[in-house]
Amino acid sequence: MSDVALRMEHVYKKFRKGEVYNSLRDFLPALTGKMFSQQELSERDKRDFWALQDISFEVKRGESFGIIGPNGAGKSTILKILSRIMKPTKGSMLVNGRLSALIEVSAGFHQDLTGRENIYLNGTILGMTRREIDSKIDQIIDFSGIEEFIDTPVKRYSSGMYARLGFSVAAHVNPDVLIVDEVLSVGDYVFQLKCLKRMKEVVSEGASVLFVSHNLKSVAEFCPRTLLLERGHKVAIGPTHEVISSYLSRSRNKHSSAADSREVAITNVAVRNHLGECSRFQSGEQAWIDIEVTAYKPCSKLSVSLYLTDEKFESILDTSSERLGHGSFSLEAGEVFNCTFELCLNLATGIFHVSSLVYRYDTQTTYDRWDPAATIYLSSDEGIRGIVNCFPTVTRHGTTAKSPVSLAVLNKET
Amino acid sequence: MREELKELNKYRELLMMITYRDIKVRYKQSVMGFMWAVLMPILIVMSGIVVRYAYALASHKPLGTEDITSVAVKSLPWAFFVSSIRFSCLSLINNKDLVTKIYFPKEIFPISAVMASLFDFLVASCALTIFLIAARVGVGLNLLWIPLLLATMVLTAIGIGMIVSAASLFFRDVKFIVEVFLTFGIFFTPVFYDVGMFGDKGKWLLLNPVSPILEGLSACIVRHRPPDLAWLAYALSFALVSSLGGYVFFKHLEPAFAESI
Repeated sequence: MSDVALRMEHVYKKFRKGEVYNSLRDFLPALTGKMFSQQELSERDKRDFWALQDISFEVKRGESFGIIGPNGAGKSTILKILSRIMKPTKGSMLVNGRLSALIEVSAGFHQDLTGRENIYLNGTILGMTRREIDSKIDQIIDFSGIEEFIDTPVKRYSSGMYARLGFSVAAHVNPDVLIVDEVLSVGDYVFQLKCLKRMKEVVSEGASVLFVSHNLKSVAEFCPRTLLLERGHKVAIGPTHEVISSYLSRSRNKHSSAADSREVAITNVAVRNHLGECSRFQSGEQAWIDIEVTAYKPCSKLSVSLYLTDEKFESILDTSSERLGHGSFSLEAGEVFNCTFELCLNLATGIFHVSSLVYRYDTQTTYDRWDPAATIYLSSDEGIRGIVNCFPTVTRHGTTAKSPVSLAVLNKET
Repeated sequence: MREELKELNKYRELLMMITYRDIKVRYKQSVMGFMWAVLMPILIVMSGIVVRYAYALASHKPLGTEDITSVAVKSLPWAFFVSSIRFSCLSLINNKDLVTKIYFPKEIFPISAVMASLFDFLVASCALTIFLIAARVGVGLNLLWIPLLLATMVLTAIGIGMIVSAASLFFRDVKFIVEVFLTFGIFFTPVFYDVGMFGDKGKWLLLNPVSPILEGLSACIVRHRPPDLAWLAYALSFALVSSLGGYVFFKHLEPAFAESI
């Protein structure tokens, strides 16, 4: 076998927009109508919609590969084509070995069967043999953590239990190619960790992973290489860091405020490093954020605040020019105010949003907010995970002599 | 095509699993359990006896045991045929999640619907065997025709089942049309009557591909005669053509299933 696990070559996929006849009662009159009018054909061409256009990529054995892009970019269509549910309109694709998709993990469940029966049913649907399931059933039940209810019909399960059972079956398929699509939002925190651990195990056993997610942080952590899609086109492919920063620069949030209806508006926010405007930073790097405020009516006691949030829009930093000791400012109509925040980005690998707010500090009235005004991408050393980077180092690392206390314990045990 | 059949063989464990699921669910849902498999054939047999009794009254002939056993022998396969087509017609629509989300050969659904109905048929056959023994229907070498006749029946059901299941996925009103045909089909099939009653015109009824099978079963079980070979050949070739044609039709449409359901 070659070292290619997955390959797509010039794949196109066309869908038809608009009404599709789904009953004979509508279809037969439409068919006879079509015979008499030639117009119909050109109209049909207009209704075509290309979900994918000229997509080519290759995933090597044992590689983790990410696919990112905004909604409607064609990510799910790619997954459906790879898992052979849909056929490409043009182009070819190749999958070497068993493919398993953690997409709809509980699709094969039947409400009236018990958990155990459903493990067999779903396992067979996902391509396991009966003997394989027999040998793994205890592992699967144990992984799901619902031994107590395993002989209860799944219709009595909570949605969390349902999804956990589904994931447990899918996680034990031992595929050559694993497709993961945002399933890690299943279950509680402990179960999520279990899933992530299992995914890494599958990779270490030599499987390839195709990871599709809106969570750029986990893509950055998990996949060295990534494909960026937009409206069915391949926009970028390559090292994840580069692809993510090109994604961020393309999808900058426009400020939608109707400026003239406001008294004061934020008219520009720019993020730069020591070289100039940019969206990709190294952890610990210095950053400057320029904020431009324009007044349309005279205003006083104004202040500008700056927020940093992580990918899930949880606040990380909240500060303002007034709180940093610069007092307030006043503007006449037509005047422009500029201020620059300088900050040190002691943050771990991930996506961070920069937002800004202009407000009157004594009454706390907000005049304008731009949320998020910019998105930046941080990359830190491999060893750092989480949100902040406190630049940890290990200063001591070695075995010390056994202490008298632990010796006493050991003696007692033997 | 050979490759596709090879793949189907690879998935035979899945076919068994889905059949097992269909049977299990059906028996779990019904309060009567195994009675379910017997109820419909019993109703058909009883209505057949009523019809036969009316014939006997009208023609001033006594109602013989042979008439009743023949109705019973033909009712069961007919019930099997009706329920196979009915279940396979809905098999793709009812498994929408699996059709749109997971890949495997989709003909597994109509085939497993037929298999589950076959299971019901076998359960009912046990009851029928007891009845036939009680009615003192003897045994003979002609019973060896039964496997071939049943295989023809199963093939016909699978062929038609594949066609109607795919068609009903694209057009939602197909299932109503099928239901109408199944309801009135019994009048065009020799279940309550024998083709012989029509004399020469009987051959028109035998054009219905299910008729020669039912007549054949009745001949070899009740009358201890071999089935009419010419008509059996006709039914068998219909079964082969419909199952092959159905398979090609199904496979041709399969790529569009996920987008159209």
